[in-house]
Amino acid sequence: MFELFDAVLAARLQFAFTIAFHIIFPALSIGLASYLMVLQALWLKTGRDIYRRAWRYWVKIFAVIFGMGVVSGIVMSYQIGTNWSVFSDKTGPILGPLMGYEVLSAFFLEAGFLGVMLFGSNRVGRKLHFLATTMVAIGTMISGFWILAVNSWMQTPAGYAINDVGQFIAADWWQVIFNPSFPYRFVHMMLAAYLTTAFLVGGVSAWHLLKDKTNAAAKLMFSMAMWMALIVAPIQIVAGDFHGINTLQHQPMKIAAMEGHFESQNGAPLILFGWPDVAAKTVHGKVAIPKLGSMILTHDPDGYLAGLDAFPEADWPNVPLVFWSFRIMVAIGMCMAMVGLWSMVARLRGRLYESKWLHRVAVTMAPSGTIAILAGWITTEVGRQPYTVYGLLRTVDSVSPLDAPAVNASLLAFVLVYFVVFGAGIYYLFQLFKHTPSLNERDIKMGQPRRAAGITPIQGLDDHSWHSADKNKEDH
Amino acid sequence: MDYVLIWAAIMAFAVFAYVVLDGFDLGIGLLFPFISDQDEKSNAMNSIAPFWDGNETWLVLGGGGLYATFPLAFAVIMPALYAPLIVMLLALIFRGVAFEFRWRARSDAARNRWDLGFTLGSFFATFSQGVALGALVQGISVVDRGYSGGWWEWLTPFSITTGVAVVIGYGLLGACWLIYKTENGLQAFCRQAAVLLTWALGVMIAVVSIWMLFKQDPYMRRWFDYPNYWYLSPVPLLVLLLGVYLLWALKKGRELSPFLSVIGLFALSYFGLCISFYPNIVPPSITIWQAAAPESSLKFLLVGSAVLIPMILAYTAYSYWVFRGKVNSEDQYH
Repeated sequence: MFELFDAVLAARLQFAFTIAFHIIFPALSIGLASYLMVLQALWLKTGRDIYRRAWRYWVKIFAVIFGMGVVSGIVMSYQIGTNWSVFSDKTGPILGPLMGYEVLSAFFLEAGFLGVMLFGSNRVGRKLHFLATTMVAIGTMISGFWILAVNSWMQTPAGYAINDVGQFIAADWWQVIFNPSFPYRFVHMMLAAYLTTAFLVGGVSAWHLLKDKTNAAAKLMFSMAMWMALIVAPIQIVAGDFHGINTLQHQPMKIAAMEGHFESQNGAPLILFGWPDVAAKTVHGKVAIPKLGSMILTHDPDGYLAGLDAFPEADWPNVPLVFWSFRIMVAIGMCMAMVGLWSMVARLRGRLYESKWLHRVAVTMAPSGTIAILAGWITTEVGRQPYTVYGLLRTVDSVSPLDAPAVNASLLAFVLVYFVVFGAGIYYLFQLFKHTPSLNERDIKMGQPRRAAGITPIQGLDDHSWHSADKNKEDH
Repeated sequence: MDYVLIWAAIMAFAVFAYVVLDGFDLGIGLLFPFISDQDEKSNAMNSIAPFWDGNETWLVLGGGGLYATFPLAFAVIMPALYAPLIVMLLALIFRGVAFEFRWRARSDAARNRWDLGFTLGSFFATFSQGVALGALVQGISVVDRGYSGGWWEWLTPFSITTGVAVVIGYGLLGACWLIYKTENGLQAFCRQAAVLLTWALGVMIAVVSIWMLFKQDPYMRRWFDYPNYWYLSPVPLLVLLLGVYLLWALKKGRELSPFLSVIGLFALSYFGLCISFYPNIVPPSITIWQAAAPESSLKFLLVGSAVLIPMILAYTAYSYWVFRGKVNSEDQYH
């Protein structure tokens, strides 16, 4: 029963599965840590208690998400060795130090200050506590920097030489880190993390606004989230376009798969929808805009775009998967920008907290960032196949000398454990989302089960708008 | 300057830091089912809640650092220890999420399930680490630049024994941590448990030390060739002395010195292992120089490590200092 997939496919599925689960948590950690840092800074600056309450609301959610990110991340760092040992041996001298720097400069920083951030608010002063949050937030960004340098190098390797035992070794570390696709990928991913968080915060607060449009905390969170959507979503679209042009330059085969271009041509259309048929080498039932493909990618309506026919068919990635995941990501990005614009119109009309339809749409968009991130990673990672190091090391040549039953068994174990554990985690997250942000928002507890509400912190009185809005709801 | 030796020392330090730091918090998971009172359970958990994540980061450094500085060793050891490592990873997931989930559980039954996950996760993570250690000590089959053994090569009576030894060792570390961090009933319980575990650990250290000498010829020669035994004889003697001191300190009701003594015992045993291994990183056939990454990689990472590792030690110490003193149930709202 443990020979369902051959060892290479099982190892690939395992990596895809574990990293798809993992990426959701750090993406939200990056965004939430920065959000918490901003809330705390606003609280320190203005002294308005509402910011601290919003901080307390989201820090509990952050703690659960961060914990799941940590444990699913440890898996990643060991899985490279267990399932991809040949890859490890060959790329270790280049990618290992980058990951080493990620651990030393980011993971320790996050972990070292996380305890103080979560549990230390009455053991250290306000400023030190803010410093702890800031360090955690900076740690998440540094982590993103290094891991995207690693991923980008696998996509667009640079600054390397190959030694006599076949290992990649660094010739120029600057070129290794700042390889051609790194700046684009890094910006694109960081913006994605912020957008994902903005839409999560926006969705959760919109849900509470639908129940009670006077809830001051929900109003604050929703307003902040919609500002982010308005500003960041268009920037992300531009960043994505630049990233695409960079990919065209270095991985034209991937672009051809993304665009569904089987034939090389001048003045290529932009295919909006359709069904790519690899056997027939065509896209069925396509809806396309003439010349727009060339226009976007070469900024010339008659520009030349290589199609898949320019590359050996044996090297093609899974075309329908890349084609569709790309469209899902782009469509979500466009929707995000439209929600941002809509919120601006509503804001100008003074209806930001009144418009039920905006709130309903925001609730449905809550998971949109997560879906877009997964779709985007599928596009870029499946589009990288059949290589692990693009053009240099094939996936089939990267795998560990393991028997198929071993890898199949561990794949099954990962699937079961992830669904149980992270399923429970997501259930607990929904409980936290459901909890109305209220006057009694307390710091995270290290201790016993929640006490009944009723211990109203005296500071609760210094924010009158909050207090009047919520005074009837303290018992919830 | 020999960068390979420097990195071997840094990696050895990272692994030791992991063993001691995550050792005591894994140990608390092992002791958890024997603590009956709910408040005491909460105290035990709270004594490690701010630290466990930082402690586990040393494990990530162990893996990531090995990949960076000794990629061949990483590429051989990981597939060779496939099953125990996968079990360890899955177990660490259960115990890691328990820290958050047990407070989120709505019913006693749900919380008990996460507590069970915490204990079983801690047990299997610990046991797998011990098994992995034993499998490494007994030697790994290598052909060319890859692992050449089967899926079950790691599984021997010896590796099971080292698994048990590490479970006992982490349990003792956890008990002594709780003696330091808690009071009253829980502390008294841990003191009793620690006495028992000290005897058990003493036996296990003796058994594993003697058994491993017969596992590989170089181990025997390292310890018993003239004049090595003169230089190395202080190691077992110190283990004996420290063990006696530990029992005395437990009897006298000392709070911090038992914990420090157990760290000392771990340090001596670990030192003994390193002495036996040297110059191999994957016994019996791959030396640290054969496994090492090229100098450009070692240098590049060393530059940053020289700055970052002291910083890490400093803010880690700061974090322990912030949460100094006894945990008690009054102090749970932060």
